[in-house]
Amino acid sequence: MSIQIDDTDRRILRHLLADPALPTAELATRAGVTQATCWRRIDRLAEAGVISARQAVIDWRALGYAVEVSLRFTLDKTNPRAFDEFLAAAREVPEVIGIETFLGRVDVRLNIIARDMQHYQQLYRERILTLPHIADIEALMLIATIKDSGGLPL
Amino acid sequence: MIDLDDTDRAFLRDLARDGTLSAGELGRRHGLSQPAAWRRVKRLEDSGILAGQRILVDRPALGFGVTVFLGIKLATKGRVSLEDFERAVTAIPEVQVVQHVLGLFDYRLRVVARDIADFERVLRRRIMTLPGVGQVEANVLLTEEPRPGPLG
Repeated sequence: MSIQIDDTDRRILRHLLADPALPTAELATRAGVTQATCWRRIDRLAEAGVISARQAVIDWRALGYAVEVSLRFTLDKTNPRAFDEFLAAAREVPEVIGIETFLGRVDVRLNIIARDMQHYQQLYRERILTLPHIADIEALMLIATIKDSGGLPL
Repeated sequence: MIDLDDTDRAFLRDLARDGTLSAGELGRRHGLSQPAAWRRVKRLEDSGILAGQRILVDRPALGFGVTVFLGIKLATKGRVSLEDFERAVTAIPEVQVVQHVLGLFDYRLRVVARDIADFERVLRRRIMTLPGVGQVEANVLLTEEPRPGPLG
């Protein structure tokens, strides 16, 4: 379903995305609309699928996963099934918290977490290097997240 | 760090999918009273495991058709230039995520743009002009699939 999005919607979304925890009253004030309007607009955006979900963020570090690594893969594209088979196998690894595919030098990125470096090394050898159709792997180890915002320049 | 049981993990799995679930609904799903479920959610929040909410939007419907991940290598290093770079890059509205990483690049950025032409504008005017920026690699996001992670 596609709906017309006006400046009021954009204003509400801009503030909502910048701070998803805002109570509706505060959000309405910031966006310069009444609370009733704010509710109605958010409902409408959710119904149309523009707002597709509201999800809890899990802090894996607080759960004891101290290591987070971004693994960038180049796949052997001579095999037409390479992407599908690689992705299906990657979904079987519980420590993979996100899968992204790209157009560029990197084909697929897996975001993987581990309890410590020893655990990471074990995962890397037993679960990652054994994934099918890998041509090349590069690892970026996360040191710090400086900014993480779902904000859009609306 | 707190110990989690199967019910805690089930709560986290459910909330990671739908953060609007009430304690009453979580309790109904997993055989707990509303107050007992509420106490568990509170404990998960207090321990920092439940770290707020994220809202997913249909970016193309809002006019943002392109998401690009950039790997950035700084040309000059040193404490001052890292701080200058971080301050400048976090201020760019199109940059959603900034991560300091170790490896082939120094920083990883997630950038949203209306289309490829708009991305080129952001890249040229905002990214390439950042203090200390050196080599830049761009990969255009095709699909993204968040996974539940080791909660099962």
